[in-house]
Amino acid sequence: MAHITVTVDGTSYKGEVEPRKLLVHWLREDIGRVGTVVGCDTSNCGACTVLLNGRSVKSCSVLAVQADGSEVTTIQGLSDGNEWHPVQTAFKECHGLQCGYCTPGMVMATVDLLSENPTPSEQEIREGLEGNLCRCTGYHNIVKSVSYAADLMSAGPTKGAK
Amino acid sequence: MIPVEFDYVKVTTIDQAIAALKAGGEDSKIISGGQSLVPVLRLRMAEPSVLVDCGAIDEMLGVREDGGSITIGAATTHHAVMSNPLVQKHALLLAQATATVADPAIRHRGTTGGALAHADPAGDVPAAALALDASFTIAGPGGRRTVAAKDFFLDYFTTAVGPDEILVSFSIPKCDWGSHYAKFNRTAQAWAIVGVAAVVNVEGGVIKEARIGLTNMAPTAVRASTVEAALVGASSAADITAAAMHAADGTRATSDLHAKADYREHLARVITARAVRAASGI
Ligand SMILES: Cc1cc2nc3c(=O)[nH]c(=O)nc-3n(C[C@H](O)[C@H](O)[C@H](O)COP(=O)(O)OP(=O)(O)OC[C@H]3O[C@@H](n4cnc5c(N)ncnc54)[C@H](O)[C@@H]3O)c2cc1C
Ligand code: FES
Ligand code: FES
Repeated sequence: MAHITVTVDGTSYKGEVEPRKLLVHWLREDIGRVGTVVGCDTSNCGACTVLLNGRSVKSCSVLAVQADGSEVTTIQGLSDGNEWHPVQTAFKECHGLQCGYCTPGMVMATVDLLSENPTPSEQEIREGLEGNLCRCTGYHNIVKSVSYAADLMSAGPTKGAK
Repeated sequence: MIPVEFDYVKVTTIDQAIAALKAGGEDSKIISGGQSLVPVLRLRMAEPSVLVDCGAIDEMLGVREDGGSITIGAATTHHAVMSNPLVQKHALLLAQATATVADPAIRHRGTTGGALAHADPAGDVPAAALALDASFTIAGPGGRRTVAAKDFFLDYFTTAVGPDEILVSFSIPKCDWGSHYAKFNRTAQAWAIVGVAAVVNVEGGVIKEARIGLTNMAPTAVRASTVEAALVGASSAADITAAAMHAADGTRATSDLHAKADYREHLARVITARAVRAASGI
């Protein structure tokens, strides 16, 4: 067993993990962050996307021990109390989801994309979300959601209310 | 699936890494970004005794200028490499090839050195390293050695890095030639069916010299030497297309569910012409 300390959604957690434990399993099983989901066994779907030290990663492809000493943000850490993150608002407003399974990963990948490129073109959005698969929407409304999120975020922090 | 049990050590120096590999015996393994290894572990296609994490060794991180070349630490992530100003200025081809690897999240974790050490024949980085005449610094129990790109890739997933050794960094002679990486694939985040990495030196509208690496046309990335020779003196699109007809010469393309060998050979010819035209502006 290995001892790890990881800050998740602003709270510091200490844990004993087997080195083979995947970060996504630690998040879900050990500290209850079940908002982050597993959608594949091949590192392709991106449903498990979280931010590790501020950048998007697929948490099924990181060992929990590798995250020792890091900061993780999951979908459950995005909202500010009752205020949704603008990306969450945008996915709701633009109907950027159907079954919702890909959504936690889509939202986290979008947060990462907009942090690097606050005004992406449609092409840049599609390429930026290349690592996230959706089996329902056909992507059009997801692309719209990301564009709208970019507008909301450039318009200032107050626009993201529920 | 859940990987088999293994031990894990995180080291901060190359010497510690080599000692940890030795202590773990023949089934010990380096883990860098884990973007090839963790999927393999999950499939239980690898059962290491110990993973030695080299992601926190200072010497293996970052890009620095070394006189006439730039040196890239093996544990530098794809994202850090492709957005690095020194790489963009002196080894643009490497940035272009790296930008086509997988997707943003995988590029945030996966490392360029890991991709080179892994040596997947469909990987995008080896062809760029070959075309850029990279050299590799390898450390092991007997000390350090430098291996040229042409001697580095040995076979499917096999390089000059021995099981008790570690790839520390690789160096690229500064190259201000025109460059382009053309990757042919059919879906998002897919591996190359064929890829072509080209750097071309053009003077007065005439190609003086070209170096071309091919992805997925043999058990390792290979240079298209016949095309390189045929390109000298080329000054028109027709010249380039004619030279590119040799792109499959001497290759050993395989057939798989993505493409048959003869289709790969056809693609190599077409994509080589595209890559050289984009790189040369001709
Ligand atoms: C869904 C998906 C799509 C992908 N698509 C592409 C693609 O289109 N093109 C592409 O090129 N790659 C692709 N990759 C692979 C990606 O490039 C990996 O990041 C890379 O191959 C491995 O780098 P890593 O740092 O993650 O290495 P790891 O996974 O940590 O290690 C890979 C192997 O290399 C060895 N190793 C690593 N570092 C060293 C070192 N310094 N010295 C000695 N041995 C070492 C390890 O022991 C292991 O055997 C994809 C991966 C995934 C999961
Ligand atoms: S669960 Fe599919 S990429 Fe992680
Ligand atoms: S909404 Fe169902 S997978 Fe995307």
